Amino acid sequence: MLDRSASDVASKDEATRRVRFRGAGFVPASSRFGGWIALALVIAIWQAAGSAGLVNALFLPTPSAIARAIYQLAISGALWQHLSASLLRIGVGWVLGTVAGVAVGFAIGLSRLARSVGITFISALFPIPKIALLPLLILWLGIGEEPKIATIALGVFFSTAISVYSGVDAVPRNLIRMAQSFNVPFATIVRKVIWPGALPAILAGFRITASVALLLVVSAEMIGAQYGIGAFVLQAGNLMQTDQLLAGVVILSVFGLAVGKVIGWLETRLLHWR
Amino acid sequence: MDLIASHITHRFGDLAVLDDVSFTVGAGEVVAIVGPSGCGKSTLLSILGGLLQPTSGAPELRGAPPADSLNPLTFVFQDFALLPWATVEENVEFPLLHTQLSAAQRRALVEDALRRTGLTDFRQTYPKQLSGGMRQRVGISRALAVKPAILLMDEPLSALDSQTRELLMEDFVRLLADGGMGAVYVTHNLEEAARLADRIVVLSRRPGRIREVVTVPMTRAERGEAAAREKLLALQNQIWSLIRNEAIDAEREVQHA
Repeated sequence: MLDRSASDVASKDEATRRVRFRGAGFVPASSRFGGWIALALVIAIWQAAGSAGLVNALFLPTPSAIARAIYQLAISGALWQHLSASLLRIGVGWVLGTVAGVAVGFAIGLSRLARSVGITFISALFPIPKIALLPLLILWLGIGEEPKIATIALGVFFSTAISVYSGVDAVPRNLIRMAQSFNVPFATIVRKVIWPGALPAILAGFRITASVALLLVVSAEMIGAQYGIGAFVLQAGNLMQTDQLLAGVVILSVFGLAVGKVIGWLETRLLHWR
Repeated sequence: MDLIASHITHRFGDLAVLDDVSFTVGAGEVVAIVGPSGCGKSTLLSILGGLLQPTSGAPELRGAPPADSLNPLTFVFQDFALLPWATVEENVEFPLLHTQLSAAQRRALVEDALRRTGLTDFRQTYPKQLSGGMRQRVGISRALAVKPAILLMDEPLSALDSQTRELLMEDFVRLLADGGMGAVYVTHNLEEAARLADRIVVLSRRPGRIREVVTVPMTRAERGEAAAREKLLALQNQIWSLIRNEAIDAEREVQHA
């Protein structure tokens, strides 16, 4: 039992004061609905300002006008025509770039020769804005879909290769040594240790390459395409149809959000162990 | 099967780490390796287990391993080296996946290893959900699953708190009790060395050379008795007197590095 002398306990006559709490902050927690409420608020203010005539509709149409434009695009079939053209280019370009990027990234991560050669080329070519290569790719591949898909594939390839070999490099060496200590064959180490160990970096790379693909498809379609969201946005801008232009922008934003959700879902499923 | 360190010398670039280290680990024998920080204990273990190529000399095996041994020299790592994306059961099964064993045989080995380490109820748990001691149990269970002839243990308890260390030390004593499995036990903890080893190899500071090989003059079963405490303490003091000055020098060297 603790032996407390009277002097250990503050006298009732003596004034006491609390120790000031100093541990607050630096733990930002996001509220579940805060973002949606803020978004709704901005849209409401934007709508009110437009309806009240405070903003010229030619320069900034109201959200309701943009929604109407999207609806009209949808019922006329134009939305699907443009969207499907963009989705095809993004899909094929992203898959080609990703497959090549994963293969090259793993080669660089696992082979001394591939690393020496690959990193030199990637360092030299990665900084080039890939859209600058579109005219050259048109010369090489013609004016059809190929140069646009190739531009997207190139953009995706470099970012994927970098994220893959960075991911391979980040796999803890002790896990590889552990597998080697059990005489696990090279292919099994790659499949069972390096692949899952590099997966967080690879999926993080997918987020980046999805944005790169979206950026490049819009740019490529603005340079030379009849159909596609990029072409649609450019045409709308040229005709001063700002409601149509912003409808295209909203569709791009929704597409980007949807891709982000898919990657988030993949992360939840594949990286549940984290 | 004996494991022989034959004139092992190792350098990392200009840094001499080990100098002509030779000793033998007999079948079923437990040899502890102690020495000042940075004397090359873990490097020596990596060389003995074939994970590091020595500059000169070689680790050698004499005699055949037990017929049922799937990996005669098996490591237990200081940092556990568990696959974070695999459950306890999958981690223990991992070294068996590339063998010729059928799924049923693999299951039986995993089951036995989990039972021996008290992990049966944790088979579906992921490493991050386990305490440090339980994670090391998974590492030990994985090692047992391949039926090793010699366990190569690299400071297996150093990342754990003292209570967990004590519990796992009891496990080690139990697992090594029947003499069917030998071990090389690298540690900086002299008490662990004295409680577990048949012989203790004392290394000098870098480059590590063998200063002395001390035989522990009692069986592991006897060491659990109260009467043995004084003898073990005397043994620890004897080893400590061998390495104390060098440990001080080594610490200063590290601080100046």
